[in-house]
Amino acid sequence: MSDPALAAKRTTSPWRRRLASSLTPGIIAAVVAVVSLALLWVALRLAGFDATLALGALWRGSFGNWYAFTSSTLVRATPLVLTGLAVAIAFRAGVWNIGADGQLLVGAALATAVGLAWGGALGWAALPIALIAGAVGGACWAGIAAVLRTRFGVLEVISTIMLNFVALDLVGYLVRGPLQEPSHAYPQSNAIPKQMHLPFLIPGTRLHWGFALGVAAAVILWWGMRSTAAGFRVRAIGANADAARIAGRIDVARTTTNVLLLSGALAGLAGAIEVSGVTYALYENISPGYGYTAIAVALLAGLDPLGVLATGIVFGALEAGALSMQREASVPSVVVTAVEAALVLLLLALSRRGKAASVIGRFSGARSASADEAS
Amino acid sequence: MTTSSAALALENIARRFDHVRALDDASLVARDGTVHALLGENGAGKTTLMRIAFGLIRPDAGTIREHGRLVELPSPAAAIALGIGMVHQHFSSIPALTVAENVALGGHGAYRVDRVRARVREICDRVGFALDPEARVVDLTVGAQQRLEIVKALAHGARTLILDEPTAVLAPREADDLLAMLRGFADTGGTVVLITHKLREALAIADDVTVLRHGSTVLAEPVANVDSNTLAEAMIGSAPPIEARHERTEPGPVVLSAHELSVSDARGVTRTRDVNLDVRAGEVIGVAGIDGAGQHELLLCLAGRLPATAGYVEGPTTIGFVPEDRHRDALVLEFDIAENLALRDAGFARGRLVWPRIRARAAAMLTEYDVRAPSSDTMVGALSGGNQQKLVLARELEPKPRLLIVENPTRGLDIAATAAVHARLLGARDSGAGVVIYSSDLDEVLALADRLIVMFEGRAREVPLDRDAAGRAMVGAA
Repeated sequence: MSDPALAAKRTTSPWRRRLASSLTPGIIAAVVAVVSLALLWVALRLAGFDATLALGALWRGSFGNWYAFTSSTLVRATPLVLTGLAVAIAFRAGVWNIGADGQLLVGAALATAVGLAWGGALGWAALPIALIAGAVGGACWAGIAAVLRTRFGVLEVISTIMLNFVALDLVGYLVRGPLQEPSHAYPQSNAIPKQMHLPFLIPGTRLHWGFALGVAAAVILWWGMRSTAAGFRVRAIGANADAARIAGRIDVARTTTNVLLLSGALAGLAGAIEVSGVTYALYENISPGYGYTAIAVALLAGLDPLGVLATGIVFGALEAGALSMQREASVPSVVVTAVEAALVLLLLALSRRGKAASVIGRFSGARSASADEAS
Repeated sequence: MTTSSAALALENIARRFDHVRALDDASLVARDGTVHALLGENGAGKTTLMRIAFGLIRPDAGTIREHGRLVELPSPAAAIALGIGMVHQHFSSIPALTVAENVALGGHGAYRVDRVRARVREICDRVGFALDPEARVVDLTVGAQQRLEIVKALAHGARTLILDEPTAVLAPREADDLLAMLRGFADTGGTVVLITHKLREALAIADDVTVLRHGSTVLAEPVANVDSNTLAEAMIGSAPPIEARHERTEPGPVVLSAHELSVSDARGVTRTRDVNLDVRAGEVIGVAGIDGAGQHELLLCLAGRLPATAGYVEGPTTIGFVPEDRHRDALVLEFDIAENLALRDAGFARGRLVWPRIRARAAAMLTEYDVRAPSSDTMVGALSGGNQQKLVLARELEPKPRLLIVENPTRGLDIAATAAVHARLLGARDSGAGVVIYSSDLDEVLALADRLIVMFEGRAREVPLDRDAAGRAMVGAA
C-alpha cells in the first residue's frame, strides 16, 4: 500500500472518533434544546403568536421552577426515556421496532389487570409484580413480531406498526369490557389499589420512582452494550449481520429475538409505570404516542442509552412546556409536535454521513456503497 | 506514441483527496484500435485515474485530450457523449429488471421493447456475446452480468471501453473469452483500457502498457518492449516479489473428515453433493472450481458456518475461517480493530468483555502480524485491503487452530500483501494446522496446495497438481 493513503487514514479516523466521543449526552441534549427553541420561535412567529410570551410559558412549564421540572418535565420524560431505550437498543441491533407504543399499551393493560385482580391480596408485592407483568406484556407483544420475523420472514417494521393498532383496539375493548369501571359510564378501568402506587421519589412533587427506574435502565443498558458479550453481539448484528454470523458465529435470529423481547419489555415497563405512577387506572388514550416520539428521542440520541436519557428529558420538557404554553399563551400544543418532527428531519438532513442517516438508510433498504479505495 | 492519434490521452494528471495524493503525475495514452493495459499495485491510483477519464472525478491538474482535442469531463454523461464507457468492478445493473430493460435505462424517449431487444442482439452478435435480452439480471451468472455491463456501455455508443479488473470475478475460461472479445473490439477499431494487476493478462492481450506507482506513471511502453520482470519491477519498485515458500512436509493425523457431505445454499438449492474429504495436520488442501461449483458452500460447512443437509463433518471446535468477501463476511467496517478481533466466536462469549485487556492484546497482535494501523482503535474501514486481510488472518490464526479454512485469501491484494498472506498460510501449515484453501485463481491454488480437490457441479474430485488436469476437471472433462 502507498504511504499517502496510510497517512490519510491516520489523520481522518481518530479525528472522527474524538469528535464523536466528545459529543457527550449533555452536549447532545443542549444542542437539541437550543435548536428546538429556535425552531419553535420561528414556528410561533410564522403562526402569528407572541413568541416571547409563549416561550416564557414554555420555560415556566418545564425548567422554570423546581416543581415544574420534577412534576411535569421529569414525569413526562419517564415514559419517553424508557420507550426511547426500547427503540435505541432495537435499532442498534438493526431491528426496526416501531411498535414501542403498542408494547407500552399492552404493558399498561397487563399491569392494570394484574393489579385489579390480585392487587389487594398481594400486599407489598403488588407493585413489583405489576411492573414485571407490564414488562412481560410488552415483551410478549414484541415477541409476536419476533416469531413472525424468524418463522415467517415478516419484516418487523411492518408487524410492529400493525400491532400498535391491534394494541390500541385491545385497550379500547378492555376499558369498555372486562376491565371497565363498575358504573360502565366511562371507558376506563377502576383505580388500582393504593399499594400498587409507585412511591414519590422527591417529597412534595409528583415525581415517582419510575424515573429512577428509567435512569437505572439507561445506565445498565449503556454499560451492557459496551462491556458485555451480549451487548457486543447486539451491536455486531446491527453493524453487519453477515460478519456477525460468519466471523462471529453469532446466532443472528436468536439475538434478534432477544433484542425484540428486551425492547418490548422496556416499553411494557413504561406502560406499567404510567399506570402505577401517574394515571392509577387504564385509559384508552394513556399514551399520547410515546412510542412514536421515542423514535425521535432515540435517533437524536444517536442510539446511545445515556443520550436517550438526555434527549428524553429535553423532549419531556418540550411536551410539559407545551401544555403550559397552551394554558398561558393559547398556543396549541401540537406546535411542539411539529417542532419534534422538524428536529428529526433536520438531524437527518445535517448528518447525511452520520450514524442516524445510516440507520435510516438501512431502514429504507438503501445500502450505501462502501468507501471507494483510492487505487 | 503521439497524442494526436490517441483515442484518449491523459497528461500529467494530479489529484488529491483531503491530504492524500492519489495521483501525482499520471499520464496514459490509449491509441485507437489497441488494448491498453493499466498496471499498478493497490493504491497506485489506477482506478482514480480511470474515474477521471470517465468524468466521475475532476483532476486538480493535467489535461485530457480526445483525438487530440482538449476536453473537459465534468460528468460521466460528458464522457459517454465522447464515446467513453466504463465497466466498474462493482456492477451497476438492477437485479429485478431484464437485460433489455437495463440496457434501456439511461436512454431517451419512448421505451420500445422490441427495438431495445434488437439492439441488444445486434451488439451481442457484433462482439460475440451470448446474452438473452429477456433474462432477469438476478438470474445471470457473474460473467453474464459483466457482459451486460459491457453491452450497456456499447449501447450508449462507447468506442473507448475502460474496464476495472474485469477478470477478477471470472473463472479462467470466462476470463479468456472476455479477453478475446476485448481483443476483437480493438481489432475493429475500438479502444480498450484494461485496469489489471495480472501481469500475464497484460502481456497476453495488450498492445501498450502503462504502469502507475504511487500516483505517477513510471512506465509507458508497447508490450513488445517489456517482459514480466520489467513490469513487476516497475510496479513494486526494486524489491522483487517474494516467492511462496513451498516444501512438502509429511502430513500428520487427520484433523477434519467429511463423510458424504451435502450442503444447500440460503435458497435451499443443493450446491455440494456427497463430498468425502480428509484433511491432515500439516497439509494444504487446494480447492479449485469455477464460480458456483459448490466450493463456497463446502468450505462454509467445513468451517461450521453452514449446516450440512446430509452427511456429517468430524472436526475440531476451534476453526480459523477466512471468508472470500472480507467486507461482508469477515469484518465490521464501522467497528475498530479491537472490536473486530473480539468478534471471533463472539456468539459463544459469556459475561463481560474487558476492553482494556482486549485492546492491549490487539495492539500486540498488530505488531506480531504486521498490520499497519495507527492503533487498536482505528476503524477497520480506514485500513487498506491488504491490512484488513492481515487483520482477519491475525484474528483467525491467533488461537492456533488445528484447522484453517480460507477462501480467495488474496483477492484484491497487491504483490507484497499477497506474499505476506501466503507466508502466513504456509506458516500455519508448517506449525501443524490442516489448511483448506480455495482460490478462483488456479495458479494460486497450485502454488500453495499439497493436494488438489476440484469441484464440478457440486461434486469433489482429487486431481494431480497439474494446471492442465485441473483446468479440465473444472469444466467437467476427464
